[in-house]
Amino acid sequence: MPSIIAISGVTKTYATGFKALKEINLDIERGEIFALLGPNGAGKTTLISIVCGIVNRSSGTVSVDGHDISRDYRAARSLIGLVPQELTIDAFESVWATVNYSRGLFGKPANHAFVEKVLRDLSLWDKKDAKAITLSGGMKRRLMIAKALSHEPRVLFLDEPTAGVDVELRQDMWAMVRRLREDGVTIILTTHYIEEAEAMADRVGVINRGEIVLVEDKVQLMRTLGRKRLLLELRSPLATIPEKLSRYALELSPDGDRLTYTYDNQSERPGVASLLRDLETAGIQFRDIDTQNSSLEEIFVNLVRKGA
Amino acid sequence: MNLRAVWAIYKMEMARAFRTVLQSIVSPVISTSLYFVVFGSAIGSRITEIDGISYGAFIVPGLIMLSLLTQSISNASFAIYFPKFVGSIYELLSAPVSYLEIIIAYVGGAATKSIILGLIILGTASLFVPLTIEHPFWMLSFLLLTSVTFSLFGFIIGIWAKSFEQLQLVPLLIITPLTFLGGSFYSIDMLPGTWRTVTLFNPVLYLVSGFRWSFYGKSDVSIGISLGMTVVFLLICIAIVGWIFRTGYRLRN
Repeated sequence: MPSIIAISGVTKTYATGFKALKEINLDIERGEIFALLGPNGAGKTTLISIVCGIVNRSSGTVSVDGHDISRDYRAARSLIGLVPQELTIDAFESVWATVNYSRGLFGKPANHAFVEKVLRDLSLWDKKDAKAITLSGGMKRRLMIAKALSHEPRVLFLDEPTAGVDVELRQDMWAMVRRLREDGVTIILTTHYIEEAEAMADRVGVINRGEIVLVEDKVQLMRTLGRKRLLLELRSPLATIPEKLSRYALELSPDGDRLTYTYDNQSERPGVASLLRDLETAGIQFRDIDTQNSSLEEIFVNLVRKGA
Repeated sequence: MNLRAVWAIYKMEMARAFRTVLQSIVSPVISTSLYFVVFGSAIGSRITEIDGISYGAFIVPGLIMLSLLTQSISNASFAIYFPKFVGSIYELLSAPVSYLEIIIAYVGGAATKSIILGLIILGTASLFVPLTIEHPFWMLSFLLLTSVTFSLFGFIIGIWAKSFEQLQLVPLLIITPLTFLGGSFYSIDMLPGTWRTVTLFNPVLYLVSGFRWSFYGKSDVSIGISLGMTVVFLLICIAIVGWIFRTGYRLRN
């Protein structure tokens, strides 16, 4: 099945001459949760804004479910719901009015039962008559999501959805995103919280300085780029690491109690089995052994550093 | 045509007017009444009539025009500037609406408010002075044409403005002086020769003059020229808006 969003050769140069995007090529698969990671100013929001029609691109093409975002903008845009990063709501409108307005704006006939369901799902029903200005930050964030969902989009963009949101609301949002995915909605989220991408995404894209550095299945990414650490708790402290073990580049803790061996699947370093053999030969005994996988955050930091 | 979107925006704009009824309706009515007291009574006691029309009645079309111009501009400019200012414009830009639909909805909303206001002022004025409307069709046509034209103009200002100060700049520095100098409160025949010629370059003169003609059948310039000038200004505004939307000027860049 063709991808739901196809971005091809998209560039964006602002009037100031700043190149926000350089030749972006990216396909988003139907029904997936795609996490777009990148440091501040990497071009995440610019890319989303172009797909959603908020910013004009300098060159390239974008299509949403086969509809070109310029030639066939109505069909393309009506499929998309967007929750921007900033809490930007008409402060003096009631929750009910503003969500119904969004639905109308996207050309959908009034459907009070549906809007009620959206508000209930987001725990906003009790606040339906409240003015947006009176809502707490978390509530406003929910309202932005309600507005984006009001027209039943097939693709949902969440730009930094949980920035400044408390733990409970974050959990709620993750649950909501999963429910939407079950209904077949494609979700693209940008985030600083790597654990969010790690917990939710099917695929991860990393953007840095206006370029897509990597797009990879999350599990695959963690497998191929993930570092592993082997921690050895020693029976008796070591003063120095014996010369014979230097090829493992081991790290010794300051108190001499623990050895750490870092390795990854791409490296040329010798494996764990040979290390354990060599330790035994050297007469170093250990009382406990543990391994740790690196997080997506470390993978991300490594990638971005490499590009810098 | 995404008529539902046009209706949604229009309804929202009208709701805003009714929410701020004091600012939108009551304050222009009060200021118009004050004009009557100051100009109609104070000056009217010295100038009894112009072109055979009592001074109080003479200034009514000019007063309505004054409110129509300033309110159309401020309604439309604020309507599009505010979402730009708070950032909620993202939703409009990401919605499946064409530029034409955005214009119809916003300018339609602003013009509707102005027309309602114009009619309220007309009603208020009729409490102060006896009014006759010789050409009701043309009176309503001028009302409509002026409201739409200046709402469009306001829309352009709202898109152009980068700050609240800029938003106020054009209405304060250009429109208000032009209206006062456009024959709202006097006939240009009362001016000395040079000033009379200068006034002929003031576009507001043609609006006021045409509008006054629809009331009393008397005007400073011919009705054809009045109508022509208004339509020309409307076309200029349409051309500018067309350019804004083609280039994404200050909206999508």
